[in-house]
Amino acid sequence: MGSSSLQILMQSAFWGTVALTVAGASIAVFPRNILYNVLGLALALAGIAGLYLCLGSFFIAMMQILIYVGAICIAIVFAIMLSSPLHLEVPKRAVPKVALTTVASAVFFTAMVSAALRTDWTPSPDRVLDSSLWSVENIGRALLTRYELVFEVISLVLLVAIIGAAVIAGFSRRLS
Amino acid sequence: MNNLTTYLIISALLFSLGLLGILQRRNLIGMLISVELLLNAANLNFMAFNRFLNPDPVEGQIIALFVMGLAAAEAAIGLSIILALYRKMHSINIEGAQKLKG
Repeated sequence: MGSSSLQILMQSAFWGTVALTVAGASIAVFPRNILYNVLGLALALAGIAGLYLCLGSFFIAMMQILIYVGAICIAIVFAIMLSSPLHLEVPKRAVPKVALTTVASAVFFTAMVSAALRTDWTPSPDRVLDSSLWSVENIGRALLTRYELVFEVISLVLLVAIIGAAVIAGFSRRLS
Repeated sequence: MNNLTTYLIISALLFSLGLLGILQRRNLIGMLISVELLLNAANLNFMAFNRFLNPDPVEGQIIALFVMGLAAAEAAIGLSIILALYRKMHSINIEGAQKLKG
């Protein structure tokens, strides 16, 4: 009885997270006000972090909140405040364009879902069911031994991106 | 609830919403937000496959981390380009950028 009620609690938490994610994604796409879009994006990203927790990866969930919700959403909010698009006139959406894009994404969704439902997913035979392999310690060790190139490449990409962003934003100020 | 197909359907839904956004928005920041949704849907797929099928449970998490870093770099560059465009055109709609056509 205790375990079944725990199971029901887990189920409702999972579906609540899914509902939060989908609602956030809808808010991120549909309203015309750009500030609502950013807040919806933050909601969806937090929901995806919850889904990572359901998948069993605490580390990636924390990184999701740190990088996406904490850094990218804040950067987008700063860009909105600096470019102040809220005062600009928003052009109306053309009806045929909206219909075409809706059809395109609906076709994509049905294709993906039918592919996911029809495929017979079999786990790899030498898979180990050991949850300790998902620990932070294990990820850190792999990141500094076998996957060290990933670590170095991402550091280099971030450095180049920071310099590039500063150069682009600074030069345009000098030129205009 | 906790099986692979559920996660695949959720990520397909997120990806279609992002695709819808990137096709119908004309606001550059709105398009950037939709790109973030697309990247997150792909990330969720990587994590789900890693959890349910993959023999090595570290690989998918490292790919997810890599995608997050690339998304951060892409957001920084994209936002600085948007700011530069705004200073030149005083608009962040996509039609303003057609001046580059010459």
